[in-house]
Order: sequence, then structure tokens, then C-alpha cells
Amino acid sequence: MPTVVSVENVTKVYDSGFEALKGVDLQIEEGEILALLGPNGAGKTTLISTICGITTPSGGKITVAGHDVITDYRAARSLIGLVPQELSLEPFEKVMNTVKLSRGLFGKPKNDAYIEKILHQLSLWDKRSAKVMELSGGMKRRVLIAKALSHEPRVLFLDEPTAGVDVELRKDMWDVVANLKADGVTIILTTHYIEEAEAIADRVGVINQGRILLVEPKEDLMQRMGQKRLTIELQDAVANIPDALASYDLMRSGDGMALIYSYETTSSRTGITTLLSDLQKAGLQMKDLQTRQSSLEDIFVDLVKEEA
Amino acid sequence: MNFQAIKAIYVFEMARFFRTLAQSFLSPVLSTSLYFVVFGAAIGSRIEQVDGVSYAAFIVPGLIMLSVMTQATSNASFGIYFPKFIGTIYELLSAPISFFEIVIGYVGAAATKALFVGIVILATAYFFVDLQIAHPIAMLAFLVLTCLSFSLLGFIIGIWAQNFEQLQLIPLLVITPLVFLGGSFYSISMLPPAWQTITLFNPVVYLISGFRWSFFGVADVDIWISLMAIGIFTGICLGVIWWIFKTGYRIRS
Ligand SMILES: Nc1ncnc2c1ncn2[C@@H]1O[C@H](COP(=O)(O)OP(=O)(O)OP(=O)(O)O)[C@@H](O)[C@H]1O
Ligand SMILES: [Mg+2]
Repeated sequence: MPTVVSVENVTKVYDSGFEALKGVDLQIEEGEILALLGPNGAGKTTLISTICGITTPSGGKITVAGHDVITDYRAARSLIGLVPQELSLEPFEKVMNTVKLSRGLFGKPKNDAYIEKILHQLSLWDKRSAKVMELSGGMKRRVLIAKALSHEPRVLFLDEPTAGVDVELRKDMWDVVANLKADGVTIILTTHYIEEAEAIADRVGVINQGRILLVEPKEDLMQRMGQKRLTIELQDAVANIPDALASYDLMRSGDGMALIYSYETTSSRTGITTLLSDLQKAGLQMKDLQTRQSSLEDIFVDLVKEEA
Repeated sequence: MNFQAIKAIYVFEMARFFRTLAQSFLSPVLSTSLYFVVFGAAIGSRIEQVDGVSYAAFIVPGLIMLSVMTQATSNASFGIYFPKFIGTIYELLSAPISFFEIVIGYVGAAATKALFVGIVILATAYFFVDLQIAHPIAMLAFLVLTCLSFSLLGFIIGIWAQNFEQLQLIPLLVITPLVFLGGSFYSISMLPPAWQTITLFNPVVYLISGFRWSFFGVADVDIWISLMAIGIFTGICLGVIWWIFKTGYRIRS
């Protein structure tokens, strides 16, 4: 897959002196759906804003389809649609007019049939003559999507598109996203919810404190998520893992008072039974057992630890 | 040039104006009529003529300038401040348009509105006084230039302002006094000599004087100096806008 958006070593220091991006590298592939996960303040919005031209990067290089976002901004930006996190819309304006404005701003000639199609798709057609302030929050979110789609972008950024959106609309939204993907549009969305990434993304990126910690195909990440850990607390500390247990994927806790065994819940045999009998054979006394599903949070913690 | 974008901004901004057309129309008509009643009829009955022109007619150019300058400034400043305030500026910043296209769209719309108001006032004035315009083309040129340059100023204020108070501050604290003291309602020659000198530091004097010349063929200052003044003023505004563009001042963090 060719790269459509390339982010190389991008940094962003806000006027306040806060470093929101600390050397971000990210290659977004053409036609994929990439979900960016990260806690509040991770830098998701900052990264998107920097790619879209809303903030200027302090360092690094960003290109969209080979066009530099600074020196060749017209070509770069005309490919991008952005649905911002905030519901920023002119309150007194009619839905139709605000969508048409977006198309015009991107230099596209009038195309009423296309606008009508989008408004139908997003179930906004009945509201086309309503003022924005008369709409509910979810409808406003859809107006923002309509605006972003009005100029037929090749790359679409959705910054937390499902915040404050009900289940049904969420489903509609994923349908729209699926249609866009079928048309070859590249989609980048941010979210706090792993399930959301799971539902539609091809790849998942994790960002924290201004750094991209990983970008992986969804399947790989899900597999990691599907891992469980069995913590075996011991009567007496062990200095190292006995040779008899070398064939198991075991980790010794820092003080040697516990062994941690990771295993796949998805595989047919977990290997726990044999491990426990081998443990006894090796002469280790168990005090307690504990299992835990690894969560996104664990992955965060692991990743952050690796960083340090 | 992204002409589509300029047109889109212009049309969108003008739509705001047409939504409140009655209001946009009524308030200048009403305030002009009031000025005529108060200044023209009440005071004018005591002042015979200024520079050979009846007082009621004499104040028409000043009256138009007063409204045009304040309208242009407030329209343009509000036009660009509002998207900043409600956050819709994200769309301008992420669109494939240059800063100058944004300026042309907003300033063009603000200047058009101000021009409209100026013409409405002129038309209203015809109901009250007998007016003859000596240099119609110069009159129109002065009017358009003033609309444009003060819209540029308004645009700068709108970019600079970080709250509604600041947005009101400059028009209220600077423009209104300068216009009132700029000979809108009197001839500079009516002032004591010391004040005449001080007044010459007021840039608005040159604009009003030039505009009045286009009506009556008489002016407080040379018409070419007036033209130069408005040229310099426009140049300064353009310079500031260029600087804003270069530095991204208060628009792009
Ligand atoms: N204009 C600004 N000036 C200074 N600091 C800022 C600015 N905008 C964002 N930040 C800081 O940059 C960091 C990243 O913010 P950002 O909005 O990118 O996070 P995010 O990942 O989108 O978070 P969320 O999930 O809450 O939307 C935060 O610590 C935030 O406080
Ligand atoms: Mg965000």
C-alpha cells in the first residue's frame, strides 16, 4: 500500500511552552482506516491539527500525497476533509448553506446533486433548511461530517466522531465510513474506545504524551488484548526460573516471590494444567493464583515502561 | 487564486447581511434622519452657511463618512472575530486558501455592506436637502476607498481582539472620536487656530475633507493630500495584514 500521509519527526511546542508532540512518525496508508487511540491530552487533536494546517508544526515534515503541507498547502489541503472534535458551527446559518460554504472554500464548483446525496446519506436532508442552532448535538456532528465530505476529500480525519452520539447514529456513521472506504478514501479517526477501533479500523495507533507508541494491524493488537496473565505467588522467593520450566513463557517478578505466565485465551490449550504440575515437580510451593485479562491500559503501561 | 473560495466567503458573509436586511436598512435611515433633525434643522437654523454651502447640505458628506467608517470597521471586525469566537475558523485554516483570499472575502463583504449603508444615507439625505454632487466619480472613489480601508482596519481589529470588549474598544475609543473631531459637522476653519493645527494630526480630517470636496468642490485641505492620506492609511493596514499573515498572529498557534 502506498503512503498517503507521511508524518516525519514532527514536533509541536505551543506558545505556552508545552511540548504536545515530541517527534511523531506516522505513515498512513492509502485507503486504510487508522484508529488513533490515546488518553486525554495525548496529542491526538494536535497531531490532526498539524496535518490539516490549523496549527503549524515546530519541526519535522508532513506530506499528503507527496505535497508538503507548508510549502504546497493548497494541493495538500484540498485532499483533506476534517471533522473537528468540537461542535463548531455558525448557529444562525442554515444547514444547506454551511455545507455549501465548505465546498466553496475548497474551490470546488457548485454541485447540488452531490450535496443532496451527502445530506441524504447522513439523514440531514429533512433538516437542510433548519438553522444549525435548532439541531441536536448528534445532528450537529453529522453536519460537520457533511461539511467535511462536501468537497470530496481523499483523506478524512474524524476527531472523536462518536463522542455524544447514540448507538443508532454510531452505526449509521460506520456505514458512511464503510462506504467511503469502499470509494478508496483514507480515514483516520481518534477515539478513546478500543471497541470502536475494533469495529472498523484496519490499523490501530496508540499515542501518549506526544509520542506514537505503536501502530499495528488491528488483528495483532487484538491478539495482544486477548492475552491473559496468570500470576503465581510463591511461598519462597526464587532467584531464577528453574530449568525445568524453561519451556514456558514465564517472567519472574522483581522480588522473586511470584512467576507470571502469559497465555492466549483464544488458543485451545492454555498450558496451565501442565505448568502447575511441572511447578510442583520443580519443588516450588504455591501460595496463591491470580489471572488477569490484559487491557488497553496494560498495553499503555507496558509501552510507557518500555519508553522509560 | 482560489476564486471559488473568495466567492464562497463573500456570499456567506453577505447572507448574514441579507438576513437582517431590514435592520441594516432601517438603522442608517433612522439615525441619518435624526442627525438631520438635530443638526440640520435645530443647529443649522442658527448657522447660515459654511463655505458657501447650506449647513444641512454641508454635514451630508461627514454624516456618510461617520456611518461608513464605523460600519466598515464593525462589519469586518465582527466578520472575522465571530469564526474565531465560535471555533469555525478551523475551516478557514484547513481550507486550501491563502490568507489574502480570506482577507479579500471578508473585507470585500464588509466593504460592500458599508457601501450599501453609505448609499442609503445619501439617498435619505436627498429627502432633507437639496444636494448637488460636483465630482460624482471622485465621490464614489472616495466612498469605496474609505469602505475598503476601514474594512481592512476592522479585519485587523477582529484578528487582534480576544474578547467582545476588545472588539468594541477601538471603534468606540478611537474611531468615533476621531470622526466626530474630524470635521464631520463643521469646517476646520471654524476652529481656533491652535485647534486647527492639532486637528491636522487626525487622519480622518483628510478623508472627510476630500469627500466633501467631491460634493461641493471646496475642502479644508488639498484634495491630493486627502488622497495621499487615504493611500497611506490603506498602505499601513495592508502592511499590518501582511505581517499578520507572515507571523500567523493570533490565528495559527
Ligand atoms: N492551544 C494550546 N496551547 C497550549 N497547550 C495546548 C493547546 N492545545 C492543546 N494543548 C495541550 O496539548 C496537549 C495535547 O492536547 P490535544 O488536544 O492534542 O489532546 P487529545 O489527545 O486530543 O486529547 P482529548 O482526548 O482530550 O481530545 C494537552 O496537554 C493540551 O493541554
Ligand atoms: Mg482531542
